[in-house]
Amino acid sequence: MLTESSGTDPIPIATNRGGSRQRDSRSATDRAEFALLLPSDLRLVEVAVGYLIGRFRCHAFSGSRLTLNLRVSIAEALANAMLYGNRHDPGKYVRVYVTIDDLHASVTVADEGGGFDPETVPDPTRPENLHRTGGRGIFLMRQLMDEVEFSARGNAVRFVLRREAPHPRRSAGQ
Amino acid sequence: MSFQTSKQNDVVVVDVDGQLIVGNRQELKQKVLDELEAGERKFLIDFANTGYIDSSGLGVLVSLSKKIREKSGELRLANLNEDLRTLFELTKLDTLFNIADSREEALSGF
Repeated sequence: MLTESSGTDPIPIATNRGGSRQRDSRSATDRAEFALLLPSDLRLVEVAVGYLIGRFRCHAFSGSRLTLNLRVSIAEALANAMLYGNRHDPGKYVRVYVTIDDLHASVTVADEGGGFDPETVPDPTRPENLHRTGGRGIFLMRQLMDEVEFSARGNAVRFVLRREAPHPRRSAGQ
Repeated sequence: MSFQTSKQNDVVVVDVDGQLIVGNRQELKQKVLDELEAGERKFLIDFANTGYIDSSGLGVLVSLSKKIREKSGELRLANLNEDLRTLFELTKLDTLFNIADSREEALSGF
């Protein structure tokens, strides 16, 4: 079902991100690094989200940053990986890599699919797209996270939430 | 998580208990479409006991709104908590739906 596993994050943490150079000097209790391995079963999305939210809560994430920003982004990334990446194939897995420290929460979700070009996803808030029934997941991630980046192949997404930034951000014009 | 359907005057009220997500969105869609097929035209979905809606859930609401309007009906939403309201605002779906602060407010305007 939901397995903690070892593994290497396919999207390495950027070296120019604020505070990253300080990480080595912090105590071990400030940090957590772990990985999950999930079969492509949509029923596991909520199980995994609940588990991860619990882990983030233990590291002092709270309020809407926990129940909205992190929850939405994790759920959307997992559902996208299973639905569009692995195309429901139960033989394909989704890997989740989590790093928590006293400045950031970083989550990478990787699937075994062929990837896609995230730049081709249309803005769902444009009037001509407002009545579309899909296409809001990645938009929400970008709205709710401080950083969102995709692997070159497009089959892994990493998103980062800084602890100090006010969230959620409002879209332009609001 | 479940969807409880009741009737208040001529309005079909659906209470969403728990979450409206990729795993259960079809269940809600089918319930509402069955009522629509049976001739009902006024629908209120009450989110007072809903913790979370994902983008698939939002998509189902958009789809239902469209299908209900095609039959000259109306779909209203009520009782979005702060997180849910933020989701609707971020996606600008608050401009697409009639959203009431309470069930009473939604029902009184039908």
